[in-house]
Amino acid sequence: MPLSAAAADASAGNSAPVYELTNVGKTYARNLVIALEDVSVTLHRGSFSSVIGSSGCGKSTLLKIMAGLIPPSTGRVVLQDQPVTGPRRDIGMMFQQATLFPWRTTVENIVLPIEIRDGRAAAVKAKDRAHELLDVVGLKGFEDVYPNELSGGMAQRAAICRMLITEPAVLLLDEPFSALDELSRDMMNMELQRICAEQHATAFLVTHSIAEAVILSDHIYVMKPRPGRLAEVVTVDLPRPRTLDMITTPKFGSLVDYIRGLLDKGEAL
Amino acid sequence: MSEADTKAIPNSMQETVWVEEVSFLDRVPRSVSMTFVFAVFLGLWQLSTSLGLVSPIILPTPGETFKDLVFVGKNLLSGDYMLLALWITVKEVIYGFALAIVIGFSLGVLVGETAFGERAIMPYLVAIDTMPKVAFAPLFVAWLGFGIESKVALAAFIATFPIVVGTAAGLHAADENSRMLFKTMGASRMQTLIKMKLPMGLPQMFTGLKIGAVGVMAGAITGEFLGGGKGFGELIRVAASQLNTPRVFSLILYLSLFGLALYALVTWTQRRVVFWHKASFVGNDE
Ligand SMILES: Nc1ncnc2c1ncn2[C@@H]1O[C@H](COP(=O)(O)OP(=O)(O)O)[C@@H](O)[C@H]1O
Ligand SMILES: [Mg+2]
Repeated sequence: MPLSAAAADASAGNSAPVYELTNVGKTYARNLVIALEDVSVTLHRGSFSSVIGSSGCGKSTLLKIMAGLIPPSTGRVVLQDQPVTGPRRDIGMMFQQATLFPWRTTVENIVLPIEIRDGRAAAVKAKDRAHELLDVVGLKGFEDVYPNELSGGMAQRAAICRMLITEPAVLLLDEPFSALDELSRDMMNMELQRICAEQHATAFLVTHSIAEAVILSDHIYVMKPRPGRLAEVVTVDLPRPRTLDMITTPKFGSLVDYIRGLLDKGEAL
Repeated sequence: MSEADTKAIPNSMQETVWVEEVSFLDRVPRSVSMTFVFAVFLGLWQLSTSLGLVSPIILPTPGETFKDLVFVGKNLLSGDYMLLALWITVKEVIYGFALAIVIGFSLGVLVGETAFGERAIMPYLVAIDTMPKVAFAPLFVAWLGFGIESKVALAAFIATFPIVVGTAAGLHAADENSRMLFKTMGASRMQTLIKMKLPMGLPQMFTGLKIGAVGVMAGAITGEFLGGGKGFGELIRVAASQLNTPRVFSLILYLSLFGLALYALVTWTQRRVVFWHKASFVGNDE
């Protein structure tokens, strides 16, 4: 039920904006590289958006600005009506590497954000919630296992739980499954779709796989490099829930072709 | 007949039997090969003494050495003067190691965590570290006298540097992802240090501790050689000056046992504390 509601919200495109970036630019002072120029992004509640572009076009820079890790040089960055001026608990983030700490059990890794923000007692209390989340991602029974016994995919599932434990308003995902093999990646993408729907999550994904962007997203921000700018925002109106066999449909194919065309044009510039 | 049977089975039905070639020496158990090397060593030793290749003052026979080992062992067990001497050396080593750990860890954190430490303190540490540290022994004796203080100081002085280096290297071991993750969680500098950088640096710190454990023994004994006192080093020095070579040999052997015990203690602690880091004890394993 919540799933279809989220999908309806997203496709209607008129639900409340959660995250708004307006005319954001970033010049790295160190080497004067203009990484971003005049980028505007609006994330609606419960929607899934992706940013795609060639390597070096500023995707990670954009995500770091959204995460409050680095300041923008120009423009406005507003999350839930509050300007972003540093890391915040309503932002959840995930990287290419799971980055679980090997001296902590899976569940201890998951409650780490709580331990850091609210102390040890709160972290102990949060373990119940961590168990629920592990159940959601299919890691029930691995609570007290140390990370070196988890496979790459399992580690990323645990990282998803760690991201969700603080109940963030927006999930920022920087190529989260690109270190996995292709089969695991497809499966994790479907899992991600399901989890986001269940949690009514607002997600923003960095990827350089066109197919991955299309299968997951409501909106795809296509970027072109040097300096990093938006080429176009492509709306994906495939029905939800998406399944892997949609990849073979003509509609999927034409979307992929269209985005590839945009990217090639960006490269040619 | 059996050959005919095998031939009757088509190739595709046969199980693949793969005999891996392992050289004979690789298959011998470790205990056996170690005993073998020891036996060869004893044999060569016995041979060289009984053929009169070396003077008995330079090299006693294995038999003599063994007799003296028993004698010293009895003396140690009965709590006689040798045990008192050993106890003094043990105290020097333990105090020296404890001091080196406290100073080395503190300096290591200062150097590894602050830009000031890295820029302003590290160069001096590197400069001192390249000096032959035992050359400071007479200074310590002059400052602290002939008691155990001067030995503790030299032992600590030698063991501190590897611990500083290990700690600083450990703090630098944290990868970019972990740092970024802690930043996104809004962790303070102290939280990042305690919950991430220090635990992540433990393998390097233990490497420093192990080198320190070897250095602290060398420091205490050198201190006793050069600064007198009543420790085990003094016993060795006296025995050597009396040309009592078997005694020197057995004293060194007992001393090595103590050194080994200290090293084993550090390794044991490492296994407990850094249980999650396979590479730091793979290889120490049987
Ligand atoms: N910390 C930094 N300092 C200076 N330049 C940087 C830094 N990070 C990235 N850049 C530059 O900014 C541009 C965009 O990088 P990035 O955001 O990592 O791109 P992407 O993630 O799309 O590959 C690149 O030209 C890169 O060299
Ligand atoms: Mg990147």
